[in-house]
Amino acid sequence: MTELIVGTRKGLFVLEGEPGEAFEVATRAFPGETVDYAMRDGRSDRILATTTSPIYGPKVWYTDDPAGEWEQAEGVALPEGGDAALQRIWVIAPGAADGTLYAGGDPGVLFESRDGGTNWELNRGLWEEPSRDRWQPGGGGLCLHSIVTWPGDPDRLAVAISAAGVWLSEDGGATWRTGNEGLVPRYLPEDTPPDEVGLCVHRIHRSAARPERLFMQFHGGVYRSDDAGQSWNDIGAGLPSDFGFPLALDPADPDSAYVIPLTADVDRVTPDNRVRVFETRDAGASWTARGDGLPQEHAYLTILREAFDWTGEGEGLELYFGATSGDVFGSGDAGATWSTTASRLPPVLSVAATP
Amino acid sequence: MAVVRLRGPLKQLAGDQSEHAFEASTVGELLSVLERSHPAMDGWILDERGMIRRHINVFVNGEMGEQDTAVGPDDRVDILPAISGG
Repeated sequence: MTELIVGTRKGLFVLEGEPGEAFEVATRAFPGETVDYAMRDGRSDRILATTTSPIYGPKVWYTDDPAGEWEQAEGVALPEGGDAALQRIWVIAPGAADGTLYAGGDPGVLFESRDGGTNWELNRGLWEEPSRDRWQPGGGGLCLHSIVTWPGDPDRLAVAISAAGVWLSEDGGATWRTGNEGLVPRYLPEDTPPDEVGLCVHRIHRSAARPERLFMQFHGGVYRSDDAGQSWNDIGAGLPSDFGFPLALDPADPDSAYVIPLTADVDRVTPDNRVRVFETRDAGASWTARGDGLPQEHAYLTILREAFDWTGEGEGLELYFGATSGDVFGSGDAGATWSTTASRLPPVLSVAATP
Repeated sequence: MAVVRLRGPLKQLAGDQSEHAFEASTVGELLSVLERSHPAMDGWILDERGMIRRHINVFVNGEMGEQDTAVGPDDRVDILPAISGG
């Protein structure tokens, strides 16, 4: 059985089912609240969720039983008395060290927990990064949405911020340097200085099979890095659009990646009025459309950056994505065929899959 | 002392009691004392800057108040979520 934890505009949904079949709603939590992101930490089995109340602000919650009580995590706030307030937590990711978790949020901030998500601490290195006054919010705010860790190397981190580019650390987040070489922001003037940090990265993931390889969906381009995020090469040729938000990888195949293009930044729906996932198996040299089982007529879906996830690998790779239409689609055969996993949910903001 | 009246989740976070009395000279000071007295409520009404969250409405004796609105010992302060959101 596969479990999907789905964050929506109106609550958290735990879906359960078999790949290729419709899933059942096992639990709904936080009814009526915006659940920006939720995931299960496979090391502890604890589920963590982030909510943003328009009234009471952003919170992080945790539980061992999503149908039971949720505890509010401590320390998820910016320094008191400053001139900024936390707007939203976008993502939570397990760290390389036992019990460590990272959370990324708006305004371009990183939090770290060393006790499985009960207590959190602001990463001061990134908060006090001297270029911060030049960081610009993207359409969704100044969001830190991607956190990359390396197994066995807990001091090594990469984060991506829209629109402040990629930041790399080799000392556990004490200091940071940019990782933007090769990115071409077509929304900025051509004579933009090379140290420009206003780069609108939409999502990055690291290959499990080749740790120095990362893939990126950019605001105009799909990129690959073979040097752990220091430099990037455009691999978007062959896609119907270079705009999109999410991406997924096959842990068994370092040359694989999946993206879901949207028409353009001014028209954020699936291109040609149909839903297709595009797959590369040659590190971006070519792309193949995968739409078997997905809506192919009058389909104008928007799939957000945290709403695409996977579990398993190789031929048994399961892929799942949710749309703001409230539909969730899944594939149990590495993207070859797809089916509707759930429908008529509230607008989907995030999807996290666990076996 | 001024009396603060809470509803909904704020009431639950404050020990499931709706009325709380504190000494303060402004709405902002009153809410700060309220949050300090009930740590579970920390950050729910005031953000990190100490500002009243945008969609929290404060009424002093039935009239809309703000951060700097003066409060006296006989005042009644209601904390209500704004009619907003979606």
